[in-house]
Amino acid sequence: MSAVLANLPAFLEGFRMTLVLLAVSGGGALVLGTIVAVMRVSPVATLRWLATGYTELFRNTPLTLVFAFFVFVVPTLGVRVDFIWLALVSLTLYTSPFVAEAIRSGINGVPVGQAEAARSIGLGFGQTLGLVILPQALRMSVPPLINVLIALTKNTSVAGGFFIVELVATGRQLANANGNAVIPILLAVAAFYLVITITLGLVAGRVESKVRVLR
Amino acid sequence: MTSVLFDAPGPKARRASLIASIVSAVALIALFGWIIATLAAPRTGPGGVTLPGAFDPSRWDIFLDRAVWRTIWGGVLGTLRAAGLAAVLAIIIGVILSLFRSSRTRWITVPVAIVLEFLRGVPVLLMMLFILLVLSTGQYWAVVWALAVYNGAIIGEALRAGLDSLPRGQREAGLSIGLSPLATRMRIEYPQAVRQMTPIIVAQLVVLLKDTSLGYIVGYSEVLRVMMNNLSSFYGNRYLFSLFFVCLGIYLAINFIVSAIARFLSKRLA
Amino acid sequence: MGNITRNRILGAAGVATLGILALSACVDSEAPSPSGPATSDAPAEDVTFPEGSTMAELAEAGTITIGTKFDQPLFGLMNPGTGEPEGFDVEIGKIIAGELGIAPENINWVETVSSNREPFIQNGQVDIVIATYTINDTRKEVVSFAGPYYEAGQSILVLAGNPNDIQGPDDLVGQPVCTASGSTPEANLRELGANVVATDTYSNCLEPLRSGQVVAVSTDNVILAGLAAQNEGEFEVVGEPFTEEPYGIGLALEDTEFRMWINDVLEEIAADGRWEQAWMSTAGTVLPPAEPPAVDRY
Repeated sequence: MSAVLANLPAFLEGFRMTLVLLAVSGGGALVLGTIVAVMRVSPVATLRWLATGYTELFRNTPLTLVFAFFVFVVPTLGVRVDFIWLALVSLTLYTSPFVAEAIRSGINGVPVGQAEAARSIGLGFGQTLGLVILPQALRMSVPPLINVLIALTKNTSVAGGFFIVELVATGRQLANANGNAVIPILLAVAAFYLVITITLGLVAGRVESKVRVLR
Repeated sequence: MTSVLFDAPGPKARRASLIASIVSAVALIALFGWIIATLAAPRTGPGGVTLPGAFDPSRWDIFLDRAVWRTIWGGVLGTLRAAGLAAVLAIIIGVILSLFRSSRTRWITVPVAIVLEFLRGVPVLLMMLFILLVLSTGQYWAVVWALAVYNGAIIGEALRAGLDSLPRGQREAGLSIGLSPLATRMRIEYPQAVRQMTPIIVAQLVVLLKDTSLGYIVGYSEVLRVMMNNLSSFYGNRYLFSLFFVCLGIYLAINFIVSAIARFLSKRLA
Repeated sequence: MGNITRNRILGAAGVATLGILALSACVDSEAPSPSGPATSDAPAEDVTFPEGSTMAELAEAGTITIGTKFDQPLFGLMNPGTGEPEGFDVEIGKIIAGELGIAPENINWVETVSSNREPFIQNGQVDIVIATYTINDTRKEVVSFAGPYYEAGQSILVLAGNPNDIQGPDDLVGQPVCTASGSTPEANLRELGANVVATDTYSNCLEPLRSGQVVAVSTDNVILAGLAAQNEGEFEVVGEPFTEEPYGIGLALEDTEFRMWINDVLEEIAADGRWEQAWMSTAGTVLPPAEPPAVDRY
């Protein structure tokens, strides 16, 4: 226990890094995922195939390999950026197909009559999606989206093996230095994660009850 | 739904669609071409050493060695063994957890809910480390139990959502013909919930398979660690690219096969 | 629906379970026969040990479980061709097993990584750990160490030609340096004030070094020399080792008898040339000849 308190600054630094990874990749994945979802229902066939191929590729690839690609292969192409950006790109690209799937299930959950009504008053594809379907779809996708964000929180731990010092990497390092206090250190790391995931769960409950579409 | 979002394309729309398709295809091919060309070009490293391009035969010659493939196959078996047992345990744990959660007594639901929150909130990496260090079980069981418990919690939640979404009449009908609450659950509600939730459960099992790669943290010999760690340390950094591509190919192949089997099974059972 | 579908599901599950069990059987029968570097002498015959001691138990059992690294060039590296690890740590392990009357084929090698070394010793899953295991005081609270059997030191690896002009640890302050996560060199670098980036395998550090994202890789000098040798001409080790990393043999905390016996063996092989032989046949192919250190009987 004393080992945990003595190393609190290190824990907080790791916690801060995890939050940064979560916030930026989460935001990026939400934006990119929405775009991919729209591409999957769009009238242009190539865009549909692109989106489907992209989704299938990233859903079947382990996150570790995505990281390996961006951290090891991409720099050899002459791209010189800090490791943090490579990690953020990896997490964003990996999470966006899951966001896209959640939003697509939301789109499919909107009653067909809504789209038919929108088309019948002359709205085009973009307008139908933007003004009528997406607002309802996004509300319905809140529970699966929060699950995706919770999964993303935990996936940030993989960045620890690729040069980013986040919570699990901090935990391993402290456990190695304090071999007699391994369990309290790991419990402390778990506690920090629970702070994030439980908060997200509570926020989800609140948001869901506020935006739920009653039928 | 998607068919009502836009009209059948007329000639102008078809032309615009064709132009968009060609432009995006050209852009994509250009991007891939550039990536492949840059990778294939030899690089002049520090100290004047010229490193061959990524597709140079000298970077791929270890794959002619049968011993290498035997080692890779050992890694694949490691992945499948852990994933298979963890999947079976996860489903069992999921069923038990959802039974507890949908129970009527608060004595059961509240502690179980707390345990579930804990299991869902902790990263699998951490759980593997925890089980290894605290329960002293060895690498294989640490990986299997961590995966089983974590995915069991998620499958449990999915099954509970499935149970909750059933019309109440189903349960009432079961009780009214004299079945006990447990029997109603097992014989009437569960089969319907499982059928509804099958896509989600199968998706979670694919995630489970991919998450075996997190076993590296306890040193479990699954295919990613065997290839990217052990083989790359033995043969040298020169083979990092080729090992990466082959490893990616193996994962894609395994996952596609698993998804295809799942689709086949769901068609047979529907 | 009902019984037919349920039976089908159970049937599928049963087939799957059988499949998994069959696959497990596949793995166990795959191991090819070992044939590593033939430097260890024949196992000692007719050795007697005190009743009830670990040595007696192991000699009785005819097998010993040794934890080592599988991904450390020169010290503990798994050879895919033979299916056995090879390296200096492995040779020391074979010698110790030989002194117990156990042939190299009967050694059960287990891969140990930094997270599982202490738990494996504590719960008895391995008998000893010989895995570039640095002796330090915090670890001595949970396990005990025989040896040291080699004195390494932390050093610095840079690009050939040393473009950033790194001469010693002081030049690393504030600079990005790569090392293995959860290791002693990582802790040392943090104390020094370098900007540490950590990863799981040392060979992962080489790409960032090539591309300039880190200025140096820092860990034990023998590991760096192995990396430099594998990638000829690209990297060089600079400066003198600036820490002392004594490699020890980890074993159970209370087993003083076993520890003293292993120390006796280490002193013996230091004197009669077997230590030299083990070194020259493994690490000595790349590294300069070394001296066996004095053992620490604490």
